[in-house]
Amino acid sequence: MSVRNARRNAWNVVGVAIFVVMIFPVFWMVSTAFKSDDQINALTPTWFPLHPTLKHFRDALAKPYFWDDVKNSVIVVLVTVTIAMVLAFLAAVALSKYRFTGRKLFIVLVIGVQMLPGAGLIIPLYVVLARYHEVNTLTGVILVYLTGVLPFSVWTLPGFILGIPKDLEEAAMVDGSTRLGAFARILLPLVAPGLVATSVFAFITSWNEYIFARVLLNDGSKQTITVWLSYFLGTSRETDWGALMAASTLTAIPVVVFFLLIQRRIAFGLTAGAVRG
Amino acid sequence: MASAAETTPKWSRRRRFTWRRAGQGAVPYALVAPVVVVMGAILGYPLYSLVRIALDRYGLTELIQHKGVYIGLKNFGSVLHDSVFWHTLLRTIVFAATNVGLTMVIGTLLALLLVRISTWVRVLLTAGLVLVWSMPPVVAVQVWNWMINSENGVLNYILTELHFGNYFQHNWMQTPLSQLGMVTTLIVWGALPFVVITVYAALSQVPRELVEAAEIDGARSWRVFLDVTVPVITPVLLILTSLSILWDFGVFTQAYLLIGQPHITSANYLMGIYLFEQGYVNANFGLGAAISILMLVIVAAMSVVYVRRMLRIGDVT
Repeated sequence: MSVRNARRNAWNVVGVAIFVVMIFPVFWMVSTAFKSDDQINALTPTWFPLHPTLKHFRDALAKPYFWDDVKNSVIVVLVTVTIAMVLAFLAAVALSKYRFTGRKLFIVLVIGVQMLPGAGLIIPLYVVLARYHEVNTLTGVILVYLTGVLPFSVWTLPGFILGIPKDLEEAAMVDGSTRLGAFARILLPLVAPGLVATSVFAFITSWNEYIFARVLLNDGSKQTITVWLSYFLGTSRETDWGALMAASTLTAIPVVVFFLLIQRRIAFGLTAGAVRG
Repeated sequence: MASAAETTPKWSRRRRFTWRRAGQGAVPYALVAPVVVVMGAILGYPLYSLVRIALDRYGLTELIQHKGVYIGLKNFGSVLHDSVFWHTLLRTIVFAATNVGLTMVIGTLLALLLVRISTWVRVLLTAGLVLVWSMPPVVAVQVWNWMINSENGVLNYILTELHFGNYFQHNWMQTPLSQLGMVTTLIVWGALPFVVITVYAALSQVPRELVEAAEIDGARSWRVFLDVTVPVITPVLLILTSLSILWDFGVFTQAYLLIGQPHITSANYLMGIYLFEQGYVNANFGLGAAISILMLVIVAAMSVVYVRRMLRIGDVT
């Protein structure tokens, strides 16, 4: 046992301890969701569910508007991501394959827009959408989400396009393809992983969004799942913690799944990818 | 082609050439146009309206009539003469500085820890961090509500068991300081994964040979750290710090939901919540617009550093 090994073991212990602290809230959420009410309401908490039950999940699903609001979230997210990807991909091609006057200004605007705090945009977006009768509609929310997702995608995608070897694209053009043909046949399939990563990121941002959905959507049946979850407790004095934790778990599951899918690419997209753009 | 070029007059050839060039030159603009048009409509126009509304008396009546009543700079005057605005600004700056400081220091330390631990611990910790990263803010708020509730929250139980004092039925939502403190724990917890993983990625860019060469030369480990490691990760730390400042200055969801709307008062306002309450909840959109503009100006001033830095990196390629 060298000093080096002993030191490494000490760091390992610290690492595991930090893992436990960081993961605890997530563990506590899932653990509570499966506990019986008696166990949840006991004054002295117990770590694991003694008699795991699905009752809280059933209660959460039976709450009014759960399925309506899940459906709304899915619609909003899918439409936002689709529009953002198509438009952002075109702009990303321009940024990565062409030098043109105004390119720099465009990039500055794309970065600058991402810096605007969402809270600062509540008033103008609300007033303008009210003017066009898009308050309390999913269209309004989609438009608002595009203001965030679009610049982010324009900023991230060029990094993935630049990663494609120029020779491949030139080879396609020598073969008699037009520039457009070269893009469609060679570029698109190669960029697909980047498009997937960016759109999953856009998916997560829109799924998690809260303020604008809260401000723009008033009817229970027209809200998104995050707003539904934020109203879950209601005004009752008695808190149904078990159902709340089950509902929280359900809300988090899609994000967790997608996050784990693209985990490696996120770090790439935000550091290497973005930096190379 | 060559014979055609010989027979056509010089001017015509030149014109054909430029026409072709013009056609080619239009391609990037055509590709960028949809984004520009959409962003102009959904963001440019609202921002223009923001300035207009800020100069208007714009309440519920005006919202229904879609037209404000021009009152000049009165909204700005009443905001800037309101002590609540200045207290809120100061509170938000202190709050953001605390969050950014904690996130960056703890985040960098954890990234350095990741380098020093065995692979299996690193995989475990990274997986845990990614899981935390993926928690939606609203979900995290609800978990916090459950963990810190005064009746049988697990936080009070753990703190009491670990002999940090008697936290039996301690109410964390009693004072503004305690409320915002809890919001800070929530935000730092949620922000750490991104910082740790990004700084760790930067640390793995530090050339191994350089570190070893320095060690062979007899440099002490902290000297190696300062002279070799720090310069490599500084750009990443700067970007992360600027991003964190912007995000933490504009915090809304976590603070608004954790403190809870009934308990939101001018004593615990953060900038985002202040403008939400003044502008949206009280339906005084003109005043809210003025606060928004002040907030956006402050953020724009802060982000200049970040944007310039990103541009310089973009220029390298």
